[in-house]
Amino acid sequence: MRSAGRFSFTMLAFGYAFLYVPLVLVVVYSFNDSRIATIWGGFSTRWYGELLRNDQVLDAAWLSLRIAATSATLATILGTMAGLALARFGRFRGRTLFSGMITSPMVMPEVITGLSLLLLFVSLQQLTGWPGQRGFSTITIAHTTFSMAYVAVIVRSRLAAMDDSLEEAAMDLGGRPLRVVFDITLPLIAPAMIAGWLLAFTLSLDDLVIASFVSGPGSSTLPMYIFSKVKLGVSPDINALATLIIVFVSAGVLAAWLATRRRA
Amino acid sequence: MNGVNAHRRDLVWQNIAIATPYLWLLLFFLVPFAIILKISLADPVIAQPPFTPAFDDAGELDLTFDSFTFLLTDKLYAITYLRSLVMAVIATLLCLAIGFPMAYGIARAREEVRGLLLLLIVLPFWISFLLRVYAWMGLMNNHGAINNVLLALGIIDAPLQLMYTDFAVFVGLTYSYLPFMILPLYATLERMDPDLVEAAQDLGASSTRAFWDITWPLARPGVIAGCLLVFIPAIGEYVIPYLLGGPDSLLIGRVLFDEFFANRDWPLASAVAVVLLLLLVVPIVFLQRNQARDEEGAA
Repeated sequence: MRSAGRFSFTMLAFGYAFLYVPLVLVVVYSFNDSRIATIWGGFSTRWYGELLRNDQVLDAAWLSLRIAATSATLATILGTMAGLALARFGRFRGRTLFSGMITSPMVMPEVITGLSLLLLFVSLQQLTGWPGQRGFSTITIAHTTFSMAYVAVIVRSRLAAMDDSLEEAAMDLGGRPLRVVFDITLPLIAPAMIAGWLLAFTLSLDDLVIASFVSGPGSSTLPMYIFSKVKLGVSPDINALATLIIVFVSAGVLAAWLATRRRA
Repeated sequence: MNGVNAHRRDLVWQNIAIATPYLWLLLFFLVPFAIILKISLADPVIAQPPFTPAFDDAGELDLTFDSFTFLLTDKLYAITYLRSLVMAVIATLLCLAIGFPMAYGIARAREEVRGLLLLLIVLPFWISFLLRVYAWMGLMNNHGAINNVLLALGIIDAPLQLMYTDFAVFVGLTYSYLPFMILPLYATLERMDPDLVEAAQDLGASSTRAFWDITWPLARPGVIAGCLLVFIPAIGEYVIPYLLGGPDSLLIGRVLFDEFFANRDWPLASAVAVVLLLLLVVPIVFLQRNQARDEEGAA
């Protein structure tokens, strides 16, 4: 038993090192003065300064944040409806197709999702004239479509784990179904909805392939900008940008974890 | 009477709650696939958009299997599909080999640290995927950290060529998809009663025997889910082979991207997508079955 314990400890240590050493090195090298990103040339914060003066980065980041906030909100609304429908509304016509369509976007290869949505937008434009220009709106629709699946799954599993006796008691006391949903169910699943929103927000900020398909000229999201730079190799200002993202995300996730742990 | 009307109104709202996401998915998920299928049966032309309409000027149905014929007769595509398949399988096995002991270790860790250990698995997933792949570019470079350490230790005399090789692609795939493997594995291993293994050992089974006879069968739903969650996205992966792989390591995601953007052959790109989708239908349906069974089992 003891050797098994040592084995799994070694594997865990190795596994976590595998996950975290690359990220730590990016953070370290972001403070490297040298222009050649892999050779140490002394400590400096100059790349952060250059990053903040780079309008292309700031524009791309702003576009990405707007798309992420909008698509996460839409995905939370649609995904919560879908989760409720699957967990609480019993059998309805087309339920099998519905539940298949909810889970499929999560496993669909990105190149296929991206290509199919672009072809849809092109066809729509031929038929109706909309969307005249691809950019904010088309990327937002694409991101909403794949991230609502994640929200639906989170909300649905929360509802499945939750006893429906509270909702039934409210119904027995004469509460109308809609009131029960708004007064009882939604407050109970609010944590799942928040988790879903955050996940949708992150997925949207993260996406490169789908956005590359459905965006038009002149609208580059942050991942598209990063990709266009790292294609050419390691670059010091991308190290600085990566460090900012790593620090922000880690702080946020840790804070959220501590907050939920204290409540529990 | 008023109550009945209100009830009916609520049912209307219930239908709206079903219909809104339903219509959204029909329009933005299902219809696009029909369009891919339609365009894969068109001819490429130099026009905007660059393919022939399904009905010609005379109103006759004008479809062609040219793109599919080309795809199936040109050996390059068959090789690319096969390569993508093989690379995805190897990456899946690597994830399983690293992920299983990790998931097992977390599931058997003390309860106070388990939450933190899981958080550390999920955390990289929240950090940009692209930047995590990028982190390996700095690590595997000819002047990168791995080569520097190996040179300093005197293990090698000249930098190893790590970047732009299949090895680098495997590292990238394993690194990026590892959390997808660990989480479902953890979920099943955590539900497992550790007394079962101990009972088997008390009855004289070796720890290897106990593993293959008890732990492995019980973990199977998690193994299946984890493997499919890695395999399915890995097969169409575009970014990792592009950034870490060599120029000759063509994978199907990249071929689709290039046919569409570089060659502007929309029908052929659509045909590539249709064939890829056909390859993935079996594992995707299998995953959904497995998931449904697992949910029933847990409930």
